Amino acid sequence: MLRPRIIPCLLIHNGGLVKTKRFSEAKYVGDPINAVRIFNEKEADELMILDIDATVKGKEPNFDLIAKLASECRMPLCYGGGITNVKQVQKLINTGVEKVAISSAAIARPTLVAEIANAVGRQSVTVVLDVLKRQRLMSSTYEVCTHNSQQTHKAEIFSLIDEFQKLGAGEIVINSVDRDGMMQGYDLELATQVKSLVKVPVTFLGGAGSLGDLSDLVSLVGTVGAAAGSLFVFKGKYKAVLITYPDRHSKNMIFQYSSNS
Amino acid sequence: MIRIIDYGVGNVQAFLNLFERSGLPAKRARNSDDLADATHLILPGVGHFDYAMRSLNNSGLRERLEDLVVMQKVPILGICVGMQMLADSSEEGVLPGLGWLPGCVQAIAGNSMDDSLPLPHMGWNELQIRTHHAFFPSAAPEPPQFYFLHSFYFRAKNQSDVIATTNYGFDFDAVVCHGNVFGMQCHPEKSHFWGEHFLRAFGEL
Repeated sequence: MLRPRIIPCLLIHNGGLVKTKRFSEAKYVGDPINAVRIFNEKEADELMILDIDATVKGKEPNFDLIAKLASECRMPLCYGGGITNVKQVQKLINTGVEKVAISSAAIARPTLVAEIANAVGRQSVTVVLDVLKRQRLMSSTYEVCTHNSQQTHKAEIFSLIDEFQKLGAGEIVINSVDRDGMMQGYDLELATQVKSLVKVPVTFLGGAGSLGDLSDLVSLVGTVGAAAGSLFVFKGKYKAVLITYPDRHSKNMIFQYSSNS
Repeated sequence: MIRIIDYGVGNVQAFLNLFERSGLPAKRARNSDDLADATHLILPGVGHFDYAMRSLNNSGLRERLEDLVVMQKVPILGICVGMQMLADSSEEGVLPGLGWLPGCVQAIAGNSMDDSLPLPHMGWNELQIRTHHAFFPSAAPEPPQFYFLHSFYFRAKNQSDVIATTNYGFDFDAVVCHGNVFGMQCHPEKSHFWGEHFLRAFGEL
């Protein structure tokens, strides 16, 4: 039976690894290559590495760094940041990245998703949607944003998801901006709505503060990707920097929750 | 020498890294001269079937591979789309496969019993071992787990070729062997302990 994927998400800023809170307050947490090596030893299910500088600075992906990370990485790797065309994607796949994540370029020009899927296969195309929750009087709505949440978009999140999966996205990642770095749990309301809609694999990011939060997610929505940043780079209430990852036994416990749902 | 076939498609370096960790000599093969010392071959592959076939056909490697695999019976392991390329044909494309592994490649969509399952099949899944093989540790406490990332699957013509299956709404052939030709749908180069064991066992065949 397919298992939920427990995915550390690492952010690259100025060549180092950082962890943010609500997409700001970037705190340095270490060297990317070293982190990949540690996650190798801990046998992580998958790794997501996002360059949070590339798009806002209008830069291409840092191919040299990504090639080094990919060659070190003994688990599936998804890279995102600064990707705007098919040529870059082919280059990334050839350096050993399994999946590429696109966000702002897909929202600006949705057919890019189809172009990439045709070139490298849809299994390698991940679309990331950064979402801001807007609390209204009676209900809440979600706003899609890009460029590290500096730009917001009118398009409605659920119609965007539908459009991207029709165009050829092989995975959708929902990244809750307002929960980023808060370590108080995933947005389960949003996760439930999204999961009922998607036909491709989906991964949730933003808010996980404990393994219990991962279990809560998969027991509610089933076999999905549960991604986290802070949970895997901070330890204890003072948030000392220490890379951790659940062992096989803990992962089996989380898996049991997903298979009961 | 284990030679990883480098025709511009797939993660050659990941295999080289794993064999280096295992202490087995492995190098990439970019041209047919590189294949001269091959005792084992690995055919990686990602993306569209026709794209991968066209890349191999244009690589200048095919004729020499044909000789090594068909005439000299050198063991070859196809991974993911590399496995699918060993088949006779694929529903994903129009180009013929290599035809070294009897069977065809079909879409999961329409063949799975459960249409509600997300596609592609992405993530860690278990293998059900049908034929015991050195590829898998004999005293393992739980079924082997491997990373999958695909929307098409190989269907063996001869059920006796099937070493292991995986369930994703239906059972499909995940590891197969026909003489010296081996195929694996999942990614041993990205499957930690299980994958390292598998590749080491292949390299020691």
